[in-house]
Amino acid sequence: MSLINLSYSAVFSLVLKRDLTIAMRHKDDIINPLLFFVIVITLFPLGIGPEAQTLSRIAPGIIWVAALLSTLLSLDRLFKSDHNDGSLEQMLLSPQPVFILVLAKIFAHWLITGLPLILIAPLLAVLLHLNEQSYGALFLTLLLGTPVLSLLGAIGVGLTVGIKKGGVLLSLLVLPLYIPVLIFATSAIDTAALGLPYSGQLAIIAALFFGSLTLAPFAVGAALKISTN
Amino acid sequence: MSTAQFACQLTPLLSATSLTCIREDRLLLDQLNIEINAGDIVQVEGPNGSGKTSLLRILAGLSQPFEGEVFFKNESIRQSREEFHQSLLYLGHLPGVKDEMNAQENLSFNLALHGLNNDTKNIEQILSEVSLTGFEDSLASHLSAGQHRRIALARLYKSNACIWILDEPFTAIDKQGVYALEQLFKAHINQGGCVILTTHQDLLTFEPSQVKKITLDYVFE
Repeated sequence: MSLINLSYSAVFSLVLKRDLTIAMRHKDDIINPLLFFVIVITLFPLGIGPEAQTLSRIAPGIIWVAALLSTLLSLDRLFKSDHNDGSLEQMLLSPQPVFILVLAKIFAHWLITGLPLILIAPLLAVLLHLNEQSYGALFLTLLLGTPVLSLLGAIGVGLTVGIKKGGVLLSLLVLPLYIPVLIFATSAIDTAALGLPYSGQLAIIAALFFGSLTLAPFAVGAALKISTN
Repeated sequence: MSTAQFACQLTPLLSATSLTCIREDRLLLDQLNIEINAGDIVQVEGPNGSGKTSLLRILAGLSQPFEGEVFFKNESIRQSREEFHQSLLYLGHLPGVKDEMNAQENLSFNLALHGLNNDTKNIEQILSEVSLTGFEDSLASHLSAGQHRRIALARLYKSNACIWILDEPFTAIDKQGVYALEQLFKAHINQGGCVILTTHQDLLTFEPSQVKKITLDYVFE
């Protein structure tokens, strides 16, 4: 019988394609976090009042906190359904490296939840009177920061996937890890509003991104092995 | 196909030494030694909760035993993970079939993940073997429990793994299906593979002497 040795990129695209197919047939997964993001942000002007100065002062924080929470909301889907129907076991038992499988799943998660946030954020920033000079910074911090949220979040999901009601534990595990991203991202956007260079903050977020990109999949793989034990 | 297809006749395919498993403060397995050779069919028996699934999961490398070690061709499965997983087909009591995908997509993904040929012709042929012709495009969530199970079992027809570990494979499968599966097991062990399974039914088409049994009992401390 023919045994095909799959290259790493073939395994990656195989899992990615599968996860995107499932997400497309389960549109709640895409719409729910995005809707949450939009609603939270539109509620702030209603609660605080429409003064442009106040809003533009707090806009970076609001957008980023909403992004954190909406990512947290969607994290559960990353491994939960695969764990519940046994396909996670099958993946862990396949001869493919767990690193690649996990990385593909996280990338799919980012495409489904992170990317829509990046696309819609500038529109919501208008609503909050974000300083014109900050749009570039907002876009770049989200582009580098949201993958970090997916990668770090996956570790938390990996650890809690075996627990029936792991929601609270997940927030407690994951939110503290998100704080550095939040601090440097909002600081970059504030700095950009003053017309100053923000490459320092951006470099730190990029470092967080590459650090978690290389290390998180190993941690997730180990966490999943413990959870399926 | 030749009998030496798997070429692993000399050393035991799968063996385990002094396996001990503790769940919820209860001793399930106590110093269990197992040796499974090519051509063996092993039925794990025992009442509900006696640790059948735990044993299979430990043998498949999904769970870590409290004590003891599992060997694949005399090499610890923790050391030779990739090689072992290439030779292993494990079906747990969760079938691993995605509700959001149809039969064809499910099977295609499963085959590709295990490095097997997944072209359309091949898949159609396998699906017809498990009598799912006509259901290729139905989402798995629209199929019955037995059909769901059949999607998972379909992998057996094109498996190149020599060790099959099956947890309750006959659940929700009709009589003809069970018969077909038993024929499949026969062909597999004749090719030099081995089958380890749990089931509460007797294997009807096998001679009783042919089936090795591992009987688990409650162990009281």
